Amino acid sequence: MRILLQNLTKKFPGRGKKSPEEVIAVNDFTFEIPDGKLIGLLGPSGCGKSTALNLICGLQKPTAGKIFFGEDDVTDLPPEHRGVGLVFQNYALYPHLTVLKNITFPLENLRGADRLTREEMEKRALEAAGLVQLEGLMDRKPSELSGGQQQRVAIARALVKTPKVLLLDEPLSNLDARLRLQTREEIRRIQRQTGVTTVFVTHDQEEAMSISDMIVVMKEGVVQQIGRPQEVYDQPVNLFVAKFLGTPPINVFRGKVSGGRLYIGSEAVLSLSDVPDQEVTLGIRPEGFILREDGPLSCDLTRVEVMGRDVSVVSTHPCSENLSIRSIINAENTVDPDAEKVRFALKPRKLYLFHPRTGERIPFTAE
Amino acid sequence: MENKNAKGWLYLLPAFLFLGVFMIYPLIDVFVYSFEEGYNSASQTFSGTGLYNYSYVLHDPYFLQAVQNTLILVAVTVPLSTGLALLISVALSSIKPLRDLFQTVYFLPYVTNTLAVGLVFMILFKKTAYSDGLVNLLLQFFGGSSIDFIDGPYWAKMFVLCFYTVWVVMPFKILILTSALASVNQVYYNAARVDGTPRWRIFTKITLPMISPMIFYLVITGFIGAFKAYSDAVALFGTDLNAAEMNTIVGYVYDMLYGNSGGYPSYASAAAILLFAIVLTITCINLLVSRKHVHY
Repeated sequence: MRILLQNLTKKFPGRGKKSPEEVIAVNDFTFEIPDGKLIGLLGPSGCGKSTALNLICGLQKPTAGKIFFGEDDVTDLPPEHRGVGLVFQNYALYPHLTVLKNITFPLENLRGADRLTREEMEKRALEAAGLVQLEGLMDRKPSELSGGQQQRVAIARALVKTPKVLLLDEPLSNLDARLRLQTREEIRRIQRQTGVTTVFVTHDQEEAMSISDMIVVMKEGVVQQIGRPQEVYDQPVNLFVAKFLGTPPINVFRGKVSGGRLYIGSEAVLSLSDVPDQEVTLGIRPEGFILREDGPLSCDLTRVEVMGRDVSVVSTHPCSENLSIRSIINAENTVDPDAEKVRFALKPRKLYLFHPRTGERIPFTAE
Repeated sequence: MENKNAKGWLYLLPAFLFLGVFMIYPLIDVFVYSFEEGYNSASQTFSGTGLYNYSYVLHDPYFLQAVQNTLILVAVTVPLSTGLALLISVALSSIKPLRDLFQTVYFLPYVTNTLAVGLVFMILFKKTAYSDGLVNLLLQFFGGSSIDFIDGPYWAKMFVLCFYTVWVVMPFKILILTSALASVNQVYYNAARVDGTPRWRIFTKITLPMISPMIFYLVITGFIGAFKAYSDAVALFGTDLNAAEMNTIVGYVYDMLYGNSGGYPSYASAAAILLFAIVLTITCINLLVSRKHVHY
């Protein structure tokens, strides 16, 4: 099911005298989710991503704009008529019902011609449980399950009605690190297996990048960038997106372009064309540094962290906007941890220029 | 280790002392009195021991009347007041405007004195030389004949007593239930909405189980409270409850001790122990039933 969001806007009214301004949670949201894809809605907390999800599922009504499922305008449709399955952040499993009863709960709401017999319901529930590998736990209460198992019950409950759209609100935030890795693979597998169009909300960029077909990066209710994860990572449209994606995060410097050269402090680090002389903000990905003794960028070495495959070099530079610069280099290079200075050359493809005030990306051609 | 234990007991001592002096000792004492025949509290003497006190009480028509009244009161008011309180609480939590006002209005009877409320009920129900009471005026307006609710037929008096009891116990139940309803996480309702659950099913399958511990608490305390009813009857029918056929078990105990026909602590003790046994049995049954129906 293709989902189309058209100029979607959600405003919350101000609350009395203390906070009189209205809050715009989602601002003029327009994008299309292709059929059968897994989409990650990504942004820092409070950026309106959960509101966007609630708008898609129908728990909240948009202030303006339209939502289409396929060709149908569902903007004014209540959630139960949209054919969506929703997995809540804290799972919202009914604590007094067994796993089986939780999963069959949505089916028991069907009336009239859609009504299933008890056997069919159980069969469907077992199918859904099989999909998330929950067999054998059907008679337990949610409180007798681990966090990961509860998560899977929630997914099974959302899938049992074979929804056209599956929505997941921060599905992994309540799980520990190991389980998170495992569960995100699970979600990917289940999505592939069922082919259901899936939207999931997360503030964890790694999570979104690793399993999404497409990610939507949001900030303060406004969509910043939409694209395939690698595309967004390699070609961020602005400083916010560049900073938000990537671990360790991008290193930001103050610099300037003058006479076709890019300067950090007094050091000319790169020759480039197409950019008029101006102050710029530079972003350099950690993997954009090359350790070279005659490199143009000289930093004060703080420490070297060995991580096996890679070496992480932590250093400082007076023009850096971060407290420390973190660069990741191949472990075959050796760094003397007692040295005071470390010199780098830069990979132009891992270096981005941004407008210092607006944060917009400035395109350039390296020479 | 032993030292620590001693310290623990020392800290518990004040509580034990008070519980012992004011609860456990009297309870045992009452139990002992109930077997001492012809006990005289002035001379502290008794003529013999045995089950005579129980046999007397159980054959006393006033006691049987009191038991009947109490049982009717319990059977009618506990389910009725809990059910009504639930309805009102659900209605209160589903409206937005004026909710605070209604909550205050519904809570008012709780802070009102029982006897003052009794007076209001007199005005509503009592027939005097000057007026038939507000309820009778209404009855007549709709073409019925007037009924003497305070000195009239048994069922009319019982009706007033039950009505009064329900009215008095409701505010507390509404208070408890509205807060129980408010504490149900909204996310369950959202989940149910996404699944297209009809409202009635949301109520029976989600709301009720979620607040079942509170309902159960209200039912148990309601039963116990109704079994101990006394002041309500006095407020409506005066102190000579036996004459009004409106006595309760606690009223009977009181009358046996201090009433016009009083001065029989042995009979009073036997009746009190019987009441204790009834309440204990009912509470045990409640607990057994609740195990099946209360979640968590």
